[in-house]
Amino acid sequence: MRRGADVAAVTGASFDLDAGQCLALVGESGCGKSVLASALLGLLPGNARATGTATVRTGADATVRTTGRGGGAETDSGPATARPAGSAAARLRPGLRSHTRPSPRNAPGVPDVLDLLAADEETLARRVRGRLVGLVPQSPAAHLTPVRTVRSQLEETVRELCAPARQDLRAAAEAAAGRAAFPADHLDHYPHQLSGGLAQRAALALALVGDAPVLLADEPTTGLDRDLVNRTADELRRHADSGRAVLLVTHDLVAAERTADRVAVMYAGRIVELSDARDFFGTPGPRHPYAAGLLDALPTRAFRTIPGTPPELGSLPAGCAFAPRCHRATDTCTTTLPAPPAPTGGAACHHPLEPAPATPASAAPGPASITSPTPPAPVPLPAPASARPAAHTGPAGPAHPDPTEAAADA
Amino acid sequence: MLELRRITAGYDRRAPVLRGVSLDIAPGEAVGLLGPSGCGKSTLARVAALLHRPDSGEVVVDGTPARGWRHRAPREQRTAFGVVFQQPRLSTDPRLTLAAAVAEPLRATGRRAEAGSRTAELAEAVGLTPDLLTRRPHEVSDGQLQRACLARALALRPRWLVCDEMTAMLDASTTAALVGVVEDYRRQTGAGLLAVGHDRDLLERWCDRTVTLESLTAPPGGPRSPVAGR
Ligand code: SF4
Repeated sequence: MRRGADVAAVTGASFDLDAGQCLALVGESGCGKSVLASALLGLLPGNARATGTATVRTGADATVRTTGRGGGAETDSGPATARPAGSAAARLRPGLRSHTRPSPRNAPGVPDVLDLLAADEETLARRVRGRLVGLVPQSPAAHLTPVRTVRSQLEETVRELCAPARQDLRAAAEAAAGRAAFPADHLDHYPHQLSGGLAQRAALALALVGDAPVLLADEPTTGLDRDLVNRTADELRRHADSGRAVLLVTHDLVAAERTADRVAVMYAGRIVELSDARDFFGTPGPRHPYAAGLLDALPTRAFRTIPGTPPELGSLPAGCAFAPRCHRATDTCTTTLPAPPAPTGGAACHHPLEPAPATPASAAPGPASITSPTPPAPVPLPAPASARPAAHTGPAGPAHPDPTEAAADA
Repeated sequence: MLELRRITAGYDRRAPVLRGVSLDIAPGEAVGLLGPSGCGKSTLARVAALLHRPDSGEVVVDGTPARGWRHRAPREQRTAFGVVFQQPRLSTDPRLTLAAAVAEPLRATGRRAEAGSRTAELAEAVGLTPDLLTRRPHEVSDGQLQRACLARALALRPRWLVCDEMTAMLDASTTAALVGVVEDYRRQTGAGLLAVGHDRDLLERWCDRTVTLESLTAPPGGPRSPVAGR
């Protein structure tokens, strides 16, 4: 771990995730989204730190709240100066907060409050992982124990998380399998006897055993066939609809579009855009130039790459980290860090894209205009970074009335 | 022309993954092979690139039938192919710097002298900075490592490229970048392409035509199945 390449940093990440909602955290590999995911489970590697707070409100209206602006972030990471490799980053102080008693973190006598950073491993294992936050892993094959049947692994997890009476063990395991739509007649199979789809459901069943109000899916669709991607996405959606808060960490924009209510775009360790998923994937479209570039890279859109590569998280440029790759960058961008998006939505950008016009303007250039709401000519507009795009009151563009078109099965 | 004729192949002769699969790729043509994982399309890609000996059938590379496989393939046939796989970490030596990995085929074919300049040229084409070239695989991202794997595949200027799920682990922007590199190379050299994958949107956008294994497999006794009588 001697190079900047190994330094993982997340700075000032702020978002809310409500019960019954799915938020997709998207970005290129290495942007820090997995670091954020690990932080929520207290699984950060030793050299990674992230700033802010993540609170999970349990109960009927489970909520994840991550706020990362302010003190720690600014002082720790010195956002306006390039950091030497290896010294980057920040701290995340996730806490858990009961919805009935929204008490200050670490308030004495409030047992629901837990600082994950301060918590020891045992506390994390006992109270957080599986109970408050269920993890849907990237590779179910690696997550399942090869020498034991699905039933035996489920029962063990039930025993760990729920401590039920012995006779309830079997029923509880079967109930967890049922919640993940894992077929009961496959419970006595070993992992290698399962198809990729069933292995994914077995992993999901394990994640659901503790009935955690929050599901965290970390790249759950990587390397899967599109059919299986769609099925996994739909199952996550179903769990959001049944009242869980689902955080989907993914580089797969098609899966994100299919699943999410809201989208958080991450770049170089910061959330640069927060948006309603329909707005983001449809009209008015993304506001941040990086987010727009990501969407334009899709083969169903312009299939055009963003020039250059992301910066090392350990040596971010001063100002906006995207400036070296941004066609809208001005002098301001290279000196001044744009304000992060408000938790309600917005873009961290000095010159955000105008919301795409509701009617196709003649100014809209490029091959992307058929399927992608291409922004009009890049006119730098000093809009406040936290400003929501104007509500799209106009009629939807006639060429793409359905913002979910890109996810349609071929 | 790359011709695959009635290929039957697999890892157990009693249960081949592929049975009687035929595919022709014209010079300069880009063919996308679509299918779910486990259907055998990667096996076909390996057969096409002379990396896996079929149980029966024939591979004809630019008019010359293949007679050897893997290291037993004659050098001029072996080097006609550039291959990129899904998982860059499984196909790179963790001890080599990216520069050394890219130059590997040059060294292996005795073109050590060229290695420096050619590596720099390839690195620029795939978007690897000089700084990244000095790192080892664990010090770069999957996307950066895959860029190196693509550079390595292009090192000997192959006439055929076989990309097996090259972008399955990568984000949209890196995918578009790598496909752009392949297409630039093909424009310059006229190389043909077999791209294997499960993403229909991607392969349809990328390739001249897409096929599935079913469409390439002759039904037993059917008209497209002249029984291999030799
Ligand atoms: S702040 Fe400037 S450089 Fe950064 S994304 Fe916005 S326009 Fe581009």
